[in-house]
Amino acid sequence: MSADLTRSTAAELASAIASGETSSVEVTQAHLDRMAAVEPAVHAFLHVDGERALAAAARVDADRADGKPLGPLAGVPVALKDVLTYAGAPTTCGSRVLEGWVPPYDATVTRRMLDAGLVILGKTNLDEFAMGSSTENSAYGPTHNPWALDRIPGGSGGGSAAAVAAYEAPLAIGTDTGGSIRQPASVTGTVGIKPTYGGTSRYGLVALASSLDQPGPCARTVLDAALLHTVIAGHDPLDSTSIDAPVPDVVGAARSGDVRGMKIGIVRELGGEGYAPGVEQRFREAVEVLSSLGAEVVEVSCPHFSYALPAYYLVLPSEASSNLAKFDGMRFGLRAGDDGTRSAEEVMGLTREAGFGAEVKRRIILGTYALSSGYYDAYYGQAQKVRTLVTRDFEAAFAAVDVLVSPSTPTTAFRLGEKVDDPIAMYLNDLCTIPSNLAGNASASFPVGLAPEDGLPVGLQVMAPPLADDRLYRVGAALERALQERWGGPLLAQAPELATLVEGVAR
Amino acid sequence: MALTPNDVADLARLARIELTPDELAHLAPQLDAILEAVAKVSEVAADDIPPTSHPLPLDNVQRADVVRPSLPREAVLAGAPAAEEDRFRVPRILGEDA
Repeated sequence: MSADLTRSTAAELASAIASGETSSVEVTQAHLDRMAAVEPAVHAFLHVDGERALAAAARVDADRADGKPLGPLAGVPVALKDVLTYAGAPTTCGSRVLEGWVPPYDATVTRRMLDAGLVILGKTNLDEFAMGSSTENSAYGPTHNPWALDRIPGGSGGGSAAAVAAYEAPLAIGTDTGGSIRQPASVTGTVGIKPTYGGTSRYGLVALASSLDQPGPCARTVLDAALLHTVIAGHDPLDSTSIDAPVPDVVGAARSGDVRGMKIGIVRELGGEGYAPGVEQRFREAVEVLSSLGAEVVEVSCPHFSYALPAYYLVLPSEASSNLAKFDGMRFGLRAGDDGTRSAEEVMGLTREAGFGAEVKRRIILGTYALSSGYYDAYYGQAQKVRTLVTRDFEAAFAAVDVLVSPSTPTTAFRLGEKVDDPIAMYLNDLCTIPSNLAGNASASFPVGLAPEDGLPVGLQVMAPPLADDRLYRVGAALERALQERWGGPLLAQAPELATLVEGVAR
Repeated sequence: MALTPNDVADLARLARIELTPDELAHLAPQLDAILEAVAKVSEVAADDIPPTSHPLPLDNVQRADVVRPSLPREAVLAGAPAAEEDRFRVPRILGEDA
């Protein structure tokens, strides 16, 4: 284990806490200190819950002293995306409309982490209601990429990815609707997993698009992600779309990393024009690594993937326009213009005008249009058919190969502000990640190096059939082991020290 | 098909968002460009393709009918913009002339 507790992996911390080599309080305090030092530059958190974190850590230490059995991640700190409820801490979803709202209940993901003895450090920043690819749509200001502070950390879960990359937390929870775990992981050089839809509970996750949203783990190593995955996954009667089946053995897969005989398909449609040369180069090299480790690599065509992005930008706004109707200023959150003369309807209009940011308004109105009579068949109806065709492409591919691979994103992290008012350019970030949300299969992003042209992280996406989440970890662990040998350590060890970056900004 | 600021105002009214004239003027061309891009879905001949509304083939999932405690009233009303007599207080529902 590293002398600096914040540089250790979650697995190392858990075993050091369990053996008494260190305490959860020491580990938690080290991360709170790290947050105090780097948060002014990174802004990964919207709320830091230090007091409760230290109290939870002290309970784990007391349980250990009493000889009570500890779970595999007991005492390890974790950051929670601010779109999942944690009773007693504000849940804002990055929106003014929920500013100051404190939920009276825990999300199932939150509950399972608390029950497992994980220590929740606070709530991480995100694009408002998880709509975006850069965290620039957060009403509370963007998060900065720890690799280069003038770059986006990805989105919507940029806060969770940046917290992990900046050593503010060894683990974080994200949610992935169109790539919001995987794209931030890709651009911050971290690991992000979108479990099979229904593999993790959505109870207490403020819905963006209910048929696409899925919580999942963010971490610096493949094993750490697998350990967190195991804590949060599994059937939940409180989520009617939760799958009642055993959780795949993702920890076993992460420990094995054996890809001998595995058939890996490169998706022909996810590459070429629009992809940065450094992204394609690192992707190709990583695939060669898998091949050298005994995997059989073939090329696969998924012809309808090119329609996934337009279909997604009909399905998502349609569901969002319905889900976000509850933010009407009546029962919770902001209420604007209630001066005693206005009707409820007028107050709703003023509340939503004042409480929602530009991207949320854009998508609600787009969804309202796509669902309106006369346009429904041409837009939402047709998008649902494309969704069937994308799913069929996956089914055909998985009949021939065990997993599919592609770059996680077409480019590395772009500059903050570069695309903020250009929705179509922004939407292209999720080109590779969206198909797995439409079909609901498992998918992940793993770091595979730095693009030579800008020195920024590149991610490789692995896609596996529904409930075969363990295959993601098998591939991820194989890459991690082989590439770290080549790099002489983790990719994040090549990131500039934040203190240096902050000085650079000050100059 | 060009979406005018007036069209956007109609949609915003349906969505209960009181947009400003500046927002309407800014949003109309953006929404127009997005609609043009997403219209690509119509290139796929899909007359005989069933729609997918959801990734899991689920129907009518039910929980056991077990009584569970509800949240305490104070906990629920604590987040309300306005409460009165243990209830949510809301603006009048009907218009002036109703």
